[in-house]
Amino acid sequence: MIWLFLPVLIALSALAFFGGREIASRRAGASAIKAHSRPSQHGYYALIWVGVPALVVLLAAAIFSGPIEQSVMQAGAPDSIAQLEPFRRDAFFNDARLVSAGQQPHQIWPQALAEQLTQEARRYGDLSRLLSLGCIVGALVAATLGGLFVYTRISPTLRARNRVEGWIGGVLFTCSVVAVLTTLGIVFSLLWDSLRFFQSVPIAEFLFGTQWSPQIAIRADQVGSTGAFGAVPLFAGTFLIMLIAMLVAAPIGLFSAIYLSEYASRTSRAVFKPILEILAGVPTVVYGFFAALTVGPAFREAFNGLGALMVGGPLDGLGQYLMLVQNQMALVAGAVMGIMLIPFVSSLSDDIINAVPQSLRDGSYAMGATKSETVKRVLLPAALPGIAGALLLAMSRAIGETMIVTMAAGLAANLTLNPLDTVTTVTVQIVTLLTGDQEFDSPKTLAAFGLGLTLFLVTLLLNIVAQRIVQKYREQYD
Amino acid sequence: MSVAPVKARTDRLQAGLKARYARERRFKLYGVMAIAVAVGFLLLLLGRIIEQGHTAFYAHELTIPVYMDPARIDRTYPQGTNFQLLVAEQQLARFGITDDAQGTQATAMRTLLSSELKFRAAAMIRENPALIGQTVPVTAPVSDEADLYYKGEITAETPSDQRRVSDQQMAWLDQLKSDGAVQAKFNSALFQNGDSTEPEQAGVLGAVVGSALMLLVTALIAIPIGVGAAVYLEEFSPRNRLTDLIEVNINNLAAVPSIVYGLLGVALFINWMNLPRSSPLVGGLVLALMALPTIIIATRSSLKAVPPSIREAALAMGASKTQTVFQHVLPLAMPGVMTGTIISMAHALGETAPLLLIGMVSFVPGIPGGLTEPTGALPSLVYIWENASERAFHERTAAAILVLLAFMIVMNAAAILLRRRFERRW
Repeated sequence: MIWLFLPVLIALSALAFFGGREIASRRAGASAIKAHSRPSQHGYYALIWVGVPALVVLLAAAIFSGPIEQSVMQAGAPDSIAQLEPFRRDAFFNDARLVSAGQQPHQIWPQALAEQLTQEARRYGDLSRLLSLGCIVGALVAATLGGLFVYTRISPTLRARNRVEGWIGGVLFTCSVVAVLTTLGIVFSLLWDSLRFFQSVPIAEFLFGTQWSPQIAIRADQVGSTGAFGAVPLFAGTFLIMLIAMLVAAPIGLFSAIYLSEYASRTSRAVFKPILEILAGVPTVVYGFFAALTVGPAFREAFNGLGALMVGGPLDGLGQYLMLVQNQMALVAGAVMGIMLIPFVSSLSDDIINAVPQSLRDGSYAMGATKSETVKRVLLPAALPGIAGALLLAMSRAIGETMIVTMAAGLAANLTLNPLDTVTTVTVQIVTLLTGDQEFDSPKTLAAFGLGLTLFLVTLLLNIVAQRIVQKYREQYD
Repeated sequence: MSVAPVKARTDRLQAGLKARYARERRFKLYGVMAIAVAVGFLLLLLGRIIEQGHTAFYAHELTIPVYMDPARIDRTYPQGTNFQLLVAEQQLARFGITDDAQGTQATAMRTLLSSELKFRAAAMIRENPALIGQTVPVTAPVSDEADLYYKGEITAETPSDQRRVSDQQMAWLDQLKSDGAVQAKFNSALFQNGDSTEPEQAGVLGAVVGSALMLLVTALIAIPIGVGAAVYLEEFSPRNRLTDLIEVNINNLAAVPSIVYGLLGVALFINWMNLPRSSPLVGGLVLALMALPTIIIATRSSLKAVPPSIREAALAMGASKTQTVFQHVLPLAMPGVMTGTIISMAHALGETAPLLLIGMVSFVPGIPGGLTEPTGALPSLVYIWENASERAFHERTAAAILVLLAFMIVMNAAAILLRRRFERRW
């Protein structure tokens, strides 16, 4: 509704531009003083004063109208609804919103509440129409006031260009602040919901508990009504898969970087570097599909076959175990994730190895060292901190990676370090807890924010450390 | 006197040299092997997906004569007729098979026909009610399982718990084929339909439109803000605590796991601002926040590449700082900016995890009509189909991946072309 006003706003701004330009050139023509700025710069000045205040009003409306509607609806709700449990009440208002938008409610309400629902939906419709109307009037008033202000200001002596440039600087600064606001948004939204989660589950139990079964029953007398939120199995699973991925990605990525930067001819470098980049550009959901339908079954068959060979021999127990290995195992997710990380490790290491000054290489060759000796004894020690930073960045990627593990690692929260077992990770559990139809306020969904906060803090720490190392190392040779 | 020790030393050196050269060759071999593993894996990945997906691009259609039985078809409500059963019974009669009282055979025959048959027959009647009472040929896809049989993915050797086609149904399908009633055709449903629970009617168009709407929102928000922020940081910002903080911030944002952005989307856009779940608007906003740091970083590096002499020349001619940046520096940096932007958009197109959290895992039939309507997206469609139990969805998942990859290849190729065409070396 509010957004329909945007074309009007654009038209108004255009009018302001042409009007401002016209008025400026007339006033300059009538005056004896030589104008400071050109007419079109006055036009931009007018455009800014008409467009920006109205846009600010609209943006504020878009951001705050939801929460305002919610609180007004809750404040004016009849007692029968105000007395509902919080989860039910939120679901009720959600449905009222759906009904007023002409859609079907999500839930079936008892007769008394269903009548209330249509009533509340009507109230909601009135409220949101009133709010949008208010916003549009507000935007129009803001635009008019801005226009009047500009009308009185335009004169040959007005330094319109400098003012417009000041505004542009301000807008650009605002753009760069958006990045900071995003971070703040992430921190606050994760913290807010995590704090609500930690009110029902103690933080110590979350961080050190070894039982994870987030099913919470709707009725109190149901079996297993208290969910367990001990996240240690998830941390262990995440760590295990990250470790396997790094065991694959670190050597392969590092060796391909060394080969590409030290050994490869110009042409083969021109061929293989883009191929590695393609590997980096493949969406993770594709890797997940490949892991689940190709690598998983292939590994299972290989292990089952190996197990069948061992059964009856001296390693009978191991054979029996291998025969029962399933498609979803930590090894599959870890190996495929490792492949995904190869280009990441190799391109970062490539940059770092290339940054080592040529003089170090030349010195080593002059002493009669072979290429591999130069790499091992001179380049790698010199590049070591940078490579360590690159590996840390890759680790943070592996921890935060979601699709491969969601599709190939499984859901069972086993506390194990066996790569052939099914494990689950922090990201898999976030996806599982937040997908599907459920209320957004139960401890089950809030747990996802607790996990998200942990994930965010760990990856942030890894990134900061890694970037410090990489930065510091780069400066050494600059 | 000194000949012997020198010789011994050179011998030792010679032997050592051999070992050193061997080590050198081994070391180089490790490098070659590492590259080979990466390249081999890429080929394996693409090969497997093409192998699994290419069969989804064609499908088998059945052309069958239908007697539009006036006793069974309601003239005013033709879509209420069970055309599949009608056709199945007529086909059984043509095969000369008599059915039992429960209609077991007719049910078995009916499951070989797609429900698309019903829609097409009903549409024909609605268009021309005079067809009732006549026998007209109707063309419709066969059911997903029958299609898999024709493609040879299910055979008589397939264990019966892994297929839903009985031996008898296979015999019928063979007979229909030898009668010339079955043709393999390009699977246009895959590109013309939205998602469906019936694999033979499921298509990617809904998801493609959803992804396009989302990318539109992302581009409209992320590109202006990202370029603006980069211009500020590179050209205008004074060096102080605040801008340092912003810089560190942006570098860290680029490395935040994508799923965290999904959580932000749930908390901020859905729970707090009450925007509609699984809508392209919310998806686009989340992807915009995600793409922002990469766009800023790419734009900054291409602004850095513009030599200071350009700025100095413009300033010397009396241009203001703003005029210098917007009339000289930014246009020269534009090819690099565009390249970086397109690549980050392609990346956003393939991003899945945040979309799952904002509700794009739910089944959305049809084609989305607007920014606030529930919709699917290509990567989340891959995820949904991968989890589907019908076997025919497997090949369609791979086909959807191929469509997704095709879009990404087009975008990346455009970026490379732009770079080749307009890149300037100073």
